[in-house]
Amino acid sequence: MINHSLKELGHMLASKQISSVEMTQTFLDRIAKYNPSINAYIALDHDKTITQAKAADIRIANGSAEPLTGIPLAQKDIFCAKGWQTTCGSKMLANFIAPYDAHVLSQFDHAGAVNLGKTNMDEFAMGSSNETSYFGGVKNPWDFDRVPGGSSGGSAAAVAARLCAAATGTDTGGSIRQPASLCGFTGLKPTYGLVSRYGMIAFASSLDQAGPMAKSAEDCALMLNVMAGFDERDSTSLNRAKEDYTRGLVNMQGAQPLKGLRIGLPKEYFADGLDANVAKVVQAAIAEYRKLGAETVDISLPNSQLSIPVYYVLAPAEASSNLSRYDGVRYGHRAAAYDDLMDMYMKSRAEGFGAEVKRRILIGTYVLSAGYYDAYYLKAQQIRRLIADDFTQAFKQCDIIMGPTAPSTAFKAGEKADDPVAMYLQDVYTIATNLAGLPGISIPAGFSNGLPVGLQLMGNYFDEARMLDVAHAYQQVTDWHTRMPESLK
Amino acid sequence: MALNISDIKRIAHLARLEISEQEATQTLTKLTGILGLIEQMQAVDTTGITPMSHSQDVVQRLRDDVVTKTNMREAFQANAPKVGNGAAEKAVYGGLYLVSQVIE
Amino acid sequence: MEWAKNNWEVVIGLETHTQLKTNTKIFSGASTQYGAEPNTQACEVSIALPGVLPVLNKQAVECAIKFGLAINAAIPSRSVFSRKNYFYPDLPKGYQISQFELPVVGKGNVTIQVPAGKNTAAYEKTIHITRAHLEEDAGKSSHGVVEGMSGIDLNRAGTPLLEIVTEPDMRSAAEAVAYAKKLHELVQWIDICDGNMQEGSFRCDVNVSVRPKGTEKLGTRREIKNLNSFKFMQQAIEYETRWQIETLEDGGTIQQATVLFNPDTGETRAMRSKEEANDYRYFPDPDLLPLEVTAADTTRVQAAMPELPEAMKSRFVVEYGLSSYDAATLTTSRGMADYFVATVNAGAEAKPAANWVMGDIASYMNKNTELLSSPPISPAQLANLLKRITDGTISGKIAKEVLNEMLLKVGASTASVRETVTGEGAFYNDFGDNFADNIIEAKGLKQVSDSGAIEAIIDEVLAVNQVMVEEYKAGKEKAFNALVGQAMKASKGKANPAQVNEILKKKLTE
Repeated sequence: MINHSLKELGHMLASKQISSVEMTQTFLDRIAKYNPSINAYIALDHDKTITQAKAADIRIANGSAEPLTGIPLAQKDIFCAKGWQTTCGSKMLANFIAPYDAHVLSQFDHAGAVNLGKTNMDEFAMGSSNETSYFGGVKNPWDFDRVPGGSSGGSAAAVAARLCAAATGTDTGGSIRQPASLCGFTGLKPTYGLVSRYGMIAFASSLDQAGPMAKSAEDCALMLNVMAGFDERDSTSLNRAKEDYTRGLVNMQGAQPLKGLRIGLPKEYFADGLDANVAKVVQAAIAEYRKLGAETVDISLPNSQLSIPVYYVLAPAEASSNLSRYDGVRYGHRAAAYDDLMDMYMKSRAEGFGAEVKRRILIGTYVLSAGYYDAYYLKAQQIRRLIADDFTQAFKQCDIIMGPTAPSTAFKAGEKADDPVAMYLQDVYTIATNLAGLPGISIPAGFSNGLPVGLQLMGNYFDEARMLDVAHAYQQVTDWHTRMPESLK
Repeated sequence: MALNISDIKRIAHLARLEISEQEATQTLTKLTGILGLIEQMQAVDTTGITPMSHSQDVVQRLRDDVVTKTNMREAFQANAPKVGNGAAEKAVYGGLYLVSQVIE
Repeated sequence: MEWAKNNWEVVIGLETHTQLKTNTKIFSGASTQYGAEPNTQACEVSIALPGVLPVLNKQAVECAIKFGLAINAAIPSRSVFSRKNYFYPDLPKGYQISQFELPVVGKGNVTIQVPAGKNTAAYEKTIHITRAHLEEDAGKSSHGVVEGMSGIDLNRAGTPLLEIVTEPDMRSAAEAVAYAKKLHELVQWIDICDGNMQEGSFRCDVNVSVRPKGTEKLGTRREIKNLNSFKFMQQAIEYETRWQIETLEDGGTIQQATVLFNPDTGETRAMRSKEEANDYRYFPDPDLLPLEVTAADTTRVQAAMPELPEAMKSRFVVEYGLSSYDAATLTTSRGMADYFVATVNAGAEAKPAANWVMGDIASYMNKNTELLSSPPISPAQLANLLKRITDGTISGKIAKEVLNEMLLKVGASTASVRETVTGEGAFYNDFGDNFADNIIEAKGLKQVSDSGAIEAIIDEVLAVNQVMVEEYKAGKEKAFNALVGQAMKASKGKANPAQVNEILKKKLTE
């Protein structure tokens, strides 16, 4: 059952083969067995979870079930969940019980989904390995010596280890896609503004976007159907008609179902810095797409190498301001001993934040400070436009862009922990879409030395449905997305 | 734009982060590395390019001036931190959040 | 005072924080009602819980546009909200959402009337407005609620403010106060602010610097924060000016600083908490999109704008034949102007109505400041009284008596229930439109115009004042007025004065 798709699980519930309580208990049992070693979850609440499952069973019984009613999901601990410990992976919020639900969580609640627990993450979503979490690192289910990627590392491990049916993540510079690549599943970062950010703890507001993390494109489509939609509480939420993202997911019949699709291959994504074995896997996946009828076009995203410098100005700048509310006054960590108000601020924040978060606050404070704003912040915003314009040009030549998601497979825990610059380069292929606000998906494309490799698909604004169709077509003819670690079966 | 220790201390103070001498030194090394990465931007000529704050070219939506919020003080103050300095009770009194005396 | 005579010039600019008249906060649906229990109007956005986001209040934007139109300002089609970053316990996010580079209201101007001083005549002056921008108010700290602790109330946090910034155009405390008063009236006139200074709805920061007369370069300024009374503003500027001049004359220098005024000592002192140089790290708020104000928006707001004081003043001159001075006085507040118009509309003649509104009514209001802008008797009641002067029922002098009686009867007991004078159906008192008539009737104050009765009174006066009669006949004109006075006194003021004159003259020449 743990390998079933969301659709199959839904059928099982609808046909009363299994109740939501039983299904949920199956996952809770796996969590009890494996989570102590994997550390995918920060907060579990058996009673709350089972109460939701019982409510779902009533809905199923009275015929008011929706596609995800009764399905047990994992929620990244960046989303406020009423009555749940909501920590964002930080000591600062270790004792914070959210008094309200994030928009994404209330959407799942309305859909009748069951919340299995809150998943581990890099502190305030700042990291690419989950090693910055106050609650400890997360093991990559394919190799416990390695990291699951980040920042949505807990959700990633939970999906890969089948400790949930699917999960949510957030992606500011690659935090859904890079762990999807490193853990071997499908992760989608939607167009900025498609999913409300209300109740999602802010890292870099102009880049943060929530999305689904699941086994397949089809599962992601079902999740996105629930997550996407206008929310008047988020000024950046876009008021668009609701879409059914599963509408194009038909069984691909015929020899060349993707005939007419133009795939752009940016030369910058296949240059130095890409692991040779990863490159091979990605090329093989692209070859598979050609077999499905797609044609490939060589394109260029000339400013893409600037996306990391630009990101490491803009994201820390926004974060330095977003994290100022954690001052020990109204909630969160307050130092146990201090001299006066200033000392209380200085100590509470120094104790409550970890090293990486402090580094980013300092960079952000520096680039915004008097005399540096133009050279750093303004310049970065200008180059951000150049990066976005590159995509506009590229989409005149192609319908979808493909390349690697991450430059390598999962690396060993501790390998890059003390070298921020090396760590930042993990997101070299994912950041540009965050800066442009475009959607991106990582899908499993094979293995290199037993570790998963992801293929990244980047689409034009609001092109999620087509991207999911294209991902689905590949998953109809390959089985990489169905693989799970032998040791956890 | 090379960073020095006094820059680190100045920005740490602006950001209200206590930092020891040793931490400041380590931070200097790491931030210098990160700024080295950032410096690549300076090679680009951005004359005349409009800065991009948002990915979508949309304007602010306005909210009707109608009261929608109710009193949630009790629920919110359940999360109040402890006073500290030996006082174990929550840092609220008569509905107010408590901090060390503010000096104007 | 020596400093006033010597060669220094004071340069003053104002930044005024006006709380906008909205039901809810600028970025959330929490109430802005004054006086609630601490933190009961502090919603998740007001206290900056993790994950919350701002959405802009439409009414706050409309208020800003209204103000822009009222000061002849440019309203840019786009403005941007920025974050002003600093730590303070009453600032829950650690940043204030404000407008920095692109404010909602651009350059405009306000004409002020500076009243005559001891050695100066009254004059008009144009004050240039640099900009006005929308921002959120902070919460409030109260000190010593618990020994050594401050208590933070975030009910006020997020209340919409329009910060109105002038050029450094003012050259005296009198000009600064005249500007502040004018602005105070204007924001109430266009109904964007309740003007309640005690509750902090209208607060001024005053930038003061001095320079040798005749020089161009501005001196270093000190900013006096949060003045919430015109009297304190006057005192604070005078003290600060004197202090700066004395410091410079003693060979000292002025350091840029933020200072507070202490009303008890009449002195200013630098704030300790603002000692460190501020570096606010402004940047565009990524949670908010650019604010667009279209031509259609301004047209719509313009259409709903009340007639502005300047326009109304000109109209009063033309329509009612008032002097320019009277018209200007009546239009210093919308409450007074509306009250005057309503009195005329209720049947009073314009000139007497103007005189009574500016005179007795205004001075009663000045003495009873708790009444705010709402006089205790209605325009219809005042018109009723004035009509009785015109039709000869009572004399002007008796009318004053009647008015006093009316005010006495209404008393202060009902003052608290009256809320506004401007709205339709405003409540004044329970005495009806014929209030004045009823008093005249009850007290028998009707003017005596019966010539027989007046003759009888005069005969009596002449009989007991033979000395005066003799004096008059001997050519002492003054004696005549004394006799008129005696006759009026004998009639208890009710005799028609014109008739008394006429009959007395006739009798004395007989």
